[in-house]
Amino acid sequence: MIRTVLIYATLILMVIIFFPLLSEIKPLSQLNPLAKRYVEDSTKNLNSPNIVTSIVVTYRGLDTLGEVTVLFLATTGIGFLIKRRKKNGEKGAFQASEILQTGSLFLFPIIILFGTYIFLHGHLTPGGGFQGGVLIASASVLLIMANVNIKLNHTVLHFIESLSGFLYVIIGTIGLFLLGSFLDPKFLPLGKFGSLFSAGAIPIIYSLIGLKVGAELTNIVDSLRAEGMEDEK
Amino acid sequence: MINIAIIILGIVMIFSAIYAFRTKKIINSIIASGAISLIVSVIFIILSAPDVAMTEASIGSGLTTIVFLFALGKARSKIDSKGGKDD
Repeated sequence: MIRTVLIYATLILMVIIFFPLLSEIKPLSQLNPLAKRYVEDSTKNLNSPNIVTSIVVTYRGLDTLGEVTVLFLATTGIGFLIKRRKKNGEKGAFQASEILQTGSLFLFPIIILFGTYIFLHGHLTPGGGFQGGVLIASASVLLIMANVNIKLNHTVLHFIESLSGFLYVIIGTIGLFLLGSFLDPKFLPLGKFGSLFSAGAIPIIYSLIGLKVGAELTNIVDSLRAEGMEDEK
Repeated sequence: MINIAIIILGIVMIFSAIYAFRTKKIINSIIASGAISLIVSVIFIILSAPDVAMTEASIGSGLTTIVFLFALGKARSKIDSKGGKDD
């Protein structure tokens, strides 16, 4: 009883703490100088209609590289902590119904296609590498959950992950050598504004991030599943 | 109109959060926390941030929920086979 009262009292206190922040929000009447520079520079110099992408990949590219590294370390940690054995005991596992299995096999390529669309069009439409990669991972999760007997090739996943991470850094270094700043995508032709092959190396970088994120998250979920299987035997 | 929608969604979110820690069954709280992420992604779409909404919908209500479900299944099978002992 007293525990419940304390929990609700804490919630109300948090509301009291955060309410001034909410009430003091004023809608911006104009962009601040940094945002203004980003908005003007991204359409003029980078040829990318999606300003969020040009900020994430170019101006804050090092942060994105850091995020990808964090994700990579998380995957590595999970791979170390969860021991994977050769034999997975699928015998005791619950089998999904025929409708679910067929439906998931039908939906899997469509979701993969949608994820690929999102990361290839990252510089044109909302979304990008992370979103596309996560969509690909959720497609694999659907496949894994519905078809218990399916086995993913972890060597291929690790290879995709490492290769795309490596190429991402290589592209950043090419920018450093040719144009003098790390992760500068302007060493490729900028193309026509709004077309698929435009905005320099941004589509390539975002595709690599998408592949990397997709492979990593699929790997994490599949490791967890393999661990769960082991114990059900 | 938009403000009213956001307020209603926020209230639903608060109630599902309270439900998530009040309920006795763990699976119910996992589903409730997935629902919170789903509502947050709807709010992100209303606030015209479709990319954030995409991430939130797939990570928050998709992958996180599934990872929690795996963990729950693993904990359950351990309790069933070893009589609640943890190794």
